[in-house]
Amino acid sequence: MKSFVLNVALAAMAMSCAGSTASFAAWEPVRPVEFIVPAGTGGGADQMARTIQGIVTKHNLMKQPLVVINKAGGAGGEGFLDVKTSSGNPHKIIITLSNLFTTPLATGIPFNWKDLTPVAMLALDEFVLWVNAEKPYTSVKDYVDAAKKAPSGSFKMGGTGSKQEDQIITVGIEKAIDAKFTYIPYKGGGEVAVQLVGNHVDSTVNNPIEAVAQWRGGKLRPLCVFDAQPMAYDEPIAEGKAWKDIPTCKSQGLAMEYLMLRGIFMSPKATKDQVEYYVELFKKVRATPEWQDFMKSGAFNTTFLTGADYAKWVEAEEKRHEGLMKEAGFLASN
Amino acid sequence: MEELANLFHGFAVALQPYNIMLMIIGITLGVIIGVLPGLGGANGVAILLPLTFSMPPTSAIIMLSCIYWGALFGGAITSILFNIPGEPWSVATTFDGYPMAQQGKPGEALTAAFTSSFVGALFAVIMITLVAPLVAGFALRFGPAEKFAVYFLAFCSFVGLSKEPPFKTIAAMMMGFALAAVGLDSITGQLRLTFGVTELLNGFDFLIAVIGLFGIGEILLTMEEGLAFRGGNASINLRVVLQTWRELPTYWMTSLRSCLIGCWMGVTPAGATPASFMSYGIAKRLARRGNNFGKGEIEGVIAPETAAHAAGTSALLPMLSLGVPGSPTAAVLLGGLLIWGLQPGPMLFVEQKEFVWGLIASMYLGNLAGLIVVLTCVPLFAAILRVPFGIIAPLILVLCAIGAYSVHNSTFDVMLMLVFGVLGYLLKKCNYPLAPLVLAIVLGDKAEEAFRQSLLGSQGSLGVFFSNGLVSTIMALGLVALFWSAIQEGYSRLRMSMA
Repeated sequence: MKSFVLNVALAAMAMSCAGSTASFAAWEPVRPVEFIVPAGTGGGADQMARTIQGIVTKHNLMKQPLVVINKAGGAGGEGFLDVKTSSGNPHKIIITLSNLFTTPLATGIPFNWKDLTPVAMLALDEFVLWVNAEKPYTSVKDYVDAAKKAPSGSFKMGGTGSKQEDQIITVGIEKAIDAKFTYIPYKGGGEVAVQLVGNHVDSTVNNPIEAVAQWRGGKLRPLCVFDAQPMAYDEPIAEGKAWKDIPTCKSQGLAMEYLMLRGIFMSPKATKDQVEYYVELFKKVRATPEWQDFMKSGAFNTTFLTGADYAKWVEAEEKRHEGLMKEAGFLASN
Repeated sequence: MEELANLFHGFAVALQPYNIMLMIIGITLGVIIGVLPGLGGANGVAILLPLTFSMPPTSAIIMLSCIYWGALFGGAITSILFNIPGEPWSVATTFDGYPMAQQGKPGEALTAAFTSSFVGALFAVIMITLVAPLVAGFALRFGPAEKFAVYFLAFCSFVGLSKEPPFKTIAAMMMGFALAAVGLDSITGQLRLTFGVTELLNGFDFLIAVIGLFGIGEILLTMEEGLAFRGGNASINLRVVLQTWRELPTYWMTSLRSCLIGCWMGVTPAGATPASFMSYGIAKRLARRGNNFGKGEIEGVIAPETAAHAAGTSALLPMLSLGVPGSPTAAVLLGGLLIWGLQPGPMLFVEQKEFVWGLIASMYLGNLAGLIVVLTCVPLFAAILRVPFGIIAPLILVLCAIGAYSVHNSTFDVMLMLVFGVLGYLLKKCNYPLAPLVLAIVLGDKAEEAFRQSLLGSQGSLGVFFSNGLVSTIMALGLVALFWSAIQEGYSRLRMSMA
């Protein structure tokens, strides 16, 4: 009799496993899920995480609550180490930006993205070259000429953080056009855009969402986007121009491409079912109108990758960052 | 006059029953958040933000901004009753608020604090209503050099105007700078003074330090002095509110000065903390009873509270018109705006009139509602001091521990808080002032960042701090404040020799 019960139980388990390979996942969170943001409140990653939280709550996509927690210490190192040390805890996910690569490389903290379990790439954030609208340069060529003509180091580039994406792009531009800039790091993207409006710096590489308000207000002018093709959004934003009308930097003779990862990872040693659950969740999030609006407002590149494709992309990107940062002399000395 | 018509339309929006209900809920939640040290306005708003996603944006911002006002009011309560500032800008309120509570005048101190908060906020809202476009442009002139000059002025006015021995003030301040330097160096991206300890990646958070230095330190002192809470004989009826109100108009000069300091500091994105310290320091010098500051002078409560709230309120102006948050809480609100599909910036005032003026109207009404809510509770708060020390002290300890934990969800911070508590006790025993230490922890890394950004921009030349009229004026004011005593002495000597 006992063995019969056991058999039934085994059969039930087998069936549930079979079910998981079909459309729905077998695993579900049994307690609240912590959504770590390795950056401060109000920044790009934080906005995205809180938008996701709002969408999940509004559309009832999870039975358990999703709780956003900021762990910004050490350029996000605090957040990554927290998830790294939560091995086998499937109730912890993290949203990453480029500091996934840059923070360990620049500070030498004991962390690598391979310590975590990749879940999905949600989107890629674009970078645009901005100048003050009062300045005479209307094309990349004017800008490059002006930067080259200025005495070495007197041309000021403002950006978010130090030895992170904005500064990497700046070094890339310096190489591409053979000029020397002075890079001035600020705490947040909004502040950077305002410093450009106030003419305290000469140009920035703000994300679209950080500078769009000033573009619409006629204070800033976009010159080019650091992507392989122009952005997809054709709704007019300012002066009858849309995101789509901004040319790529490469087409304008400034050979630099950079996109920032907005992706999800979870704690180490997650099972396939657990990863699958979150992948399905984010697919549902992406299908909501709120998410589409959010993507449009920030002119995001909406590439979505999961599984091996995602891991491969991250790996290639890590190599690229290592190369870029080595050339720029940004690697931690120890 | 189009603005006035817009404003009245805004009042109509804010006065809908649904919005009034949200306002009162928001204020109450905010006061609770403000009372719990560590939870703070920014965290509170961030936690409650998702609740508002299903609301219309105007209602949502009304509720969130009311949480913000509530937290601002609430921060004063623990500062005055227990010497534990819940927010950076309440530190200066403890200097005279806590002695007042100990002298059996917690009701007066609370009433003065709440009323001054209201006056400061009201002044700032009126300013926002009348001169929004003008003032917004002013913030654009603030580059790194100008920001550094403002911090410089805050530090100098504290050293120069303080009655403590200047070298003790400077020593305490330097210790604060050293603590502020721990963590990530935002200019080079390198870790500093962390010695490979993961917990130190974050640096020393101001809140942990302040909960320990003030809260725990105070409990240790009280234990030494005989386990008794002074101020237990506080009168606890609403008449104290009216009595204090009768007294307040005599300090109109201090209020007005603090309002102006606050608005100015809020719009130049320096924020409420330097505003409250600067206003306190200047009031100490200029008030008739300035010598009594620190011993329970009501003006010493009015000055920082008025300035902090004027600054906290006017900080919303650069946020709305430029997209630059003037405070951490404003930063979270900014995130909220984006989620509701509103793009802060120059076009917000043009395209989203109903939203902007609804928000401004809710600032008037929310502050008024907040004042009524907290004033009616004054006797209740004051009665807390009647609870015997043996019962209240463990409760405060628990509250402090929860507060310290909730800053980064880390037990390490609770330990750190205790260490700071012992440090606070020792410093007090040796008569070192704690305020400059705290000021340096709060503003130290910001000042350093602005200083180094300026020098990067000027390629190392210190001339950048005197490169235009605005920055030179602020720097000169700072130097005058620093050497105020010497100047005064020199002046009187000169007069003597002339005579």
